[in-house]
Amino acid sequence: MTEVKSPEAPAPPAAVPDELTPGRGRWHGLRPYLPLVALVVALVLPYSTLHLPGVFEGALNSPGTLQLLAVCLVFGGLAAGYDLLFGRTGMLSFGHALYFAAGVYGTDILVTKAGLPLWQAGLLAVTGGTILAALLGAVALRTVGIAFAMVTLAFAQVGAILVARDFGGLTGGEEGLPLDVSGLPQGLVGVTNTVNLYWLALAYLVVVVFVVHRVSGSPTGRVLAGLRDDERRIGVLGLDPYRFKLVAFTLAGGLAAAGGVVYVLIVGGASPHITSSEWTLALLVMVVLGGPGTRWGPVIGGILYMYLDHRLVAFGTSDAVEALPAFLSNPLSQPLFVLGTVFILAVYFFPGGLASLAPRLALLRHSLRIPSRRP
Amino acid sequence: MDTVILLTLTGLGLAALYFLVASGLSLVFGLADVLNFAHGVFLGVGAYGTWWAAHNLPGAGSDGFGFVLAVVFGVAAGTLVAVLVELVLIRPLYSRTIEQVLVTVGLSLAGVALLQATWGADARPFPRPEWTRQVTGILGANVPNGGLLLIIAAVLVLGAILAFLRWTRYGLIIRAGVENREMVTALGIDVRKAFTLVFAIGGAAAALAGALGGVYFGTVSPGQGGSLLIFAFIVVVIGGMGSVIGSAYAAVAVGLTQQFVNYYGTSGLGDICVVALLAVVLLLRPQGIAGKVATA
Repeated sequence: MTEVKSPEAPAPPAAVPDELTPGRGRWHGLRPYLPLVALVVALVLPYSTLHLPGVFEGALNSPGTLQLLAVCLVFGGLAAGYDLLFGRTGMLSFGHALYFAAGVYGTDILVTKAGLPLWQAGLLAVTGGTILAALLGAVALRTVGIAFAMVTLAFAQVGAILVARDFGGLTGGEEGLPLDVSGLPQGLVGVTNTVNLYWLALAYLVVVVFVVHRVSGSPTGRVLAGLRDDERRIGVLGLDPYRFKLVAFTLAGGLAAAGGVVYVLIVGGASPHITSSEWTLALLVMVVLGGPGTRWGPVIGGILYMYLDHRLVAFGTSDAVEALPAFLSNPLSQPLFVLGTVFILAVYFFPGGLASLAPRLALLRHSLRIPSRRP
Repeated sequence: MDTVILLTLTGLGLAALYFLVASGLSLVFGLADVLNFAHGVFLGVGAYGTWWAAHNLPGAGSDGFGFVLAVVFGVAAGTLVAVLVELVLIRPLYSRTIEQVLVTVGLSLAGVALLQATWGADARPFPRPEWTRQVTGILGANVPNGGLLLIIAAVLVLGAILAFLRWTRYGLIIRAGVENREMVTALGIDVRKAFTLVFAIGGAAAALAGALGGVYFGTVSPGQGGSLLIFAFIVVVIGGMGSVIGSAYAAVAVGLTQQFVNYYGTSGLGDICVVALLAVVLLLRPQGIAGKVATA
């Protein structure tokens, strides 16, 4: 944890001259500890009764806020897992929602319909999701590039159809399937125990970040980065691209399934819209907004996206927006319009996402400061 | 027997809808390598443009010549949006495939949200001529006229695109560009004009699909394009990217498979069979039915 950017992150946009590199400022020595500080803040958060008007509805430790935060954390983890495919291996998968949904629906069905205890159901769902990812990945990886994207999209569509058509009355169809809480551990049930779900989500995020960090730092991770940059060269080196890609695909699928297990506990049920392709597109947006191939970018992107997705609804119905003329207030009340527009702008103007923002801003600040120093 | 005929004709109606969406996607992908997620938005613009024109445009209405005028307005709106998207958003990013996909993804999210913000999320009744609600008896089967209209329109569009590709200079450039874009550029021809043209054709076809799909389904809703788009993608991959005639064959195969299996098997099984068909085609013949050729 000595640097914020991982070693194989894309090169910065331009070489920075010596006089423009950020100076050893007061805060520079703290940077390596920033993730630790963030973790401590996240750990302390549920004990705070602070009110942040405009940012959250209630106090920080109110159940509603904690649930929103827990969802954000899960999506931070999901985005980090998806980045293992997109940012680090260069695979554009449009079917990642399928493995997430496998975790959600697998747990839900095993607990609610089969009456299994939670730990068994969760374990089975994660195993099942991982095996599913391995099998489908084995087929889909026979294609590359855009064709791969379309095949994964089609597979995910099958999942969406299976869930929506409710074969055998398992998934509840369009209605979704509420989680039967009678068999769950007491600590995870009820509004007063939302804080435990928050811990669970935080633990999931930490695990995913740790796994992705370890994998990308390992020799396998180097090969994955090599596949992203030049697949033919990896082949020439005598390594089989197909097998390494399948490993990344399976691992990412397993992580997504685990995220699904946590998500179903937080939300308390499964609904069919999580199987839709929009869900995968949302993951893609999170990763690109945050910064693909960086350690913290996707996490921040995922947290921010989910937060905005929830809060922009409140923003859209607030007085400030209502007061605007209709042609402005109507689009602004749609979270997806705002996020989609921000996303397009990010692709154009911040190709490295939020993670690349800090060096760019530092550059800007320095170029602004130098003229003022020499009047 | 009449059930088989009815299923065949409704399947062909569905195939016509898929073809109208897929033909533009296929050409755009074959020539410019752009996987266009925003194609569903063009469809939505076409549908809502027609709907709006039928209610508000003087001279346009839901019947007779007024309906034709409304459809023309919708198609023009879809074409205009497609051209604008190409010029403003896609053109600066040519040869950066992933970024283009990302921009069209963002556009599909924002565009559908914009349609939803303007006209609401609920499905709206579509203005359609009285005769499209009726059925025609063909060999004992009562076939809805809306489906027949779609089939006729798709055949006309197929003929028009093929004639355009074969007998005009720009058609020649597009065909050559699909085959080898670098060589066409090296010969001193501005391929980017052809890109814009292909986007315009694709946008027009998708907008027409939106308008006629509205007639076929009887309603129009913002999410309609997105659900059609996934099957259109499947049609494009099965047919071979860049091939219009391949898209036509694939659309017929997909439409008929879906309709027959959904009727004789469980509902929803047909959609899964279509994906299975895609997997088989990809494993046996990854370049699709027709391969990467824009000729007939």
